[in-house]
Amino acid sequence: MNAPAYNFAYLDEQTKRMIRRAILKAIAIPGYQVPFASREMPMPYGWGTGGVQVTAAILGPQDVLKVIDQGSDDTTNAISIRKFFGKTAGVATTTSTTDATVIQTRHRIPEAPLHAGQVLVYQVPIPEPLRFLEPRETETRRMHALGEYGLMHVKLYEDIARFGHIATSYAYPVKVNARYVMDPSPTPKFDNPKMDNCPALQLFGAGREKRIYAIPPHTDVVSLDFEDHPFTRYRFDAPCALCGAGDSYLDEIVTDDKGSRMFVCSDTDYCESRQLAGHRGSESAPPHKERAHG
Amino acid sequence: MAEPQDPMQDDQPLLVAEHLGKNYGRLTACRDVSFALYPGEVLAVVGESGSGKSTLLQLLSAQLAPSAGRVSYRMRDGVLRDLARLGEAERRFLFRTDWGYVHQDAAQGLRMAVSAGANVGERLMAVGWNHYGRIRDAASSWLERVEIDTARIDDAPRTYSGGMRQRLQIARNLVTEPRLVFMDEPTGGLDVSVQARLLDLMRNLVSELGLAAIVVTHDLAVARLLSHRVMVMKGGRVIETGLTDQVLDDPREPYTQLLVSSILPA
Repeated sequence: MNAPAYNFAYLDEQTKRMIRRAILKAIAIPGYQVPFASREMPMPYGWGTGGVQVTAAILGPQDVLKVIDQGSDDTTNAISIRKFFGKTAGVATTTSTTDATVIQTRHRIPEAPLHAGQVLVYQVPIPEPLRFLEPRETETRRMHALGEYGLMHVKLYEDIARFGHIATSYAYPVKVNARYVMDPSPTPKFDNPKMDNCPALQLFGAGREKRIYAIPPHTDVVSLDFEDHPFTRYRFDAPCALCGAGDSYLDEIVTDDKGSRMFVCSDTDYCESRQLAGHRGSESAPPHKERAHG
Repeated sequence: MAEPQDPMQDDQPLLVAEHLGKNYGRLTACRDVSFALYPGEVLAVVGESGSGKSTLLQLLSAQLAPSAGRVSYRMRDGVLRDLARLGEAERRFLFRTDWGYVHQDAAQGLRMAVSAGANVGERLMAVGWNHYGRIRDAASSWLERVEIDTARIDDAPRTYSGGMRQRLQIARNLVTEPRLVFMDEPTGGLDVSVQARLLDLMRNLVSELGLAAIVVTHDLAVARLLSHRVMVMKGGRVIETGLTDQVLDDPREPYTQLLVSSILPA
């Protein structure tokens, strides 16, 4: 009986080769969804099988890996994926955004600015931005090919007609490199501006849907909008209750069963490093109303 | 028959069909159809079920590739072009700007889950309109023109009656001011009073906008009300063609006589 021997970073080399080819193609055509032969991973679909495969394919022994889930380094998903690569690749892991070379993320882009040489890997549940408007995949692919994106504005129109403003607050569609309309995975639209002209490479992996797409460094990423209803990033109208940051994306934390809650940075690394640097918040913030910032 | 004649010296045909045919294996759905359609002209294609009407409409609107013959269309720049030679992008662009297509089943021509305003505005957004206020104004003015209460602009067509859906479909098609509209049984499945209102509306719009239209119908009353010319089809062939009044009042072919005589007296 031989002990099970895993290849470096779990996937076999031929699979990695296949994924790398898809990644290279995705980088060559920014925003285009490249099909790839997604593998079964030792975790359920929806837990980041696409992101894990992309990470496995690009990881080298010298890399330093950070994994976040909703901005946090210490949620179940983040911890298990970090452990997974710690065990199967033996790479160094970190929670620091600046120290990491590969950051796998679900739902957030870190607050600290990314720098050249870093790779941000997104876990994507639904890669097709037109999915809920046009259910036929054959048709949506044709629409992408011909650049027919009027339908995307139909969705935004519906938002305004129904709510008076563009109410889409996550998975907000963007146009990449003035060509392909792309779903930035369910990141809050607060993070959309960070994708534009980002010095880091951004890779998107959808395991169940078997698609990989990419935004190369320093690529134009424009959030779709109307002239008279321009794109706005919204933010809760309060500083972080723990570190006092006024510019970060906040999570609402319920603190008891009497309706008390506080707003804290969703990016735990950002919050902790600010607290280490001596920044303080009010600890317990009164409830605040959500309102859009112009 | 192949050489389209020029009835008015300076007026050139908008759409020309030459020896158009379509086979499904050994089955011939449509055979040797030739005609020219002029700007502002309404042509009705009548015949019983299975006579090849719908196949012909799909051939003319480039949704089906013909087995024989060809269809040419005069683009906005005045050049007559073979539809089969257009690239797919051009064809689709034509379809959502210069053409309209009214389906018998409104659910096929509309997005049932999005509001009426967005349904009308979709074509505008597809050609690059990027101003919500202006799109909405255009949508509500079109809803008015097709006699839909503008208070219902934010309702989904799911909540509309059959007649309203059909009128909404027309508004959605006409918003880009097409020059040619294809209609496949536009009044099918509507009750008589709703039909009458819809026909009246279509007749007005067609004459107001100077639209050319090809209307496929089995209802001779629709042909009489809307069209200038009629083509009678049977077994995939055009058996009789001429001015509407002429064909319907004085049919020459036995089949046409049968068709005309089978109308129930009002």
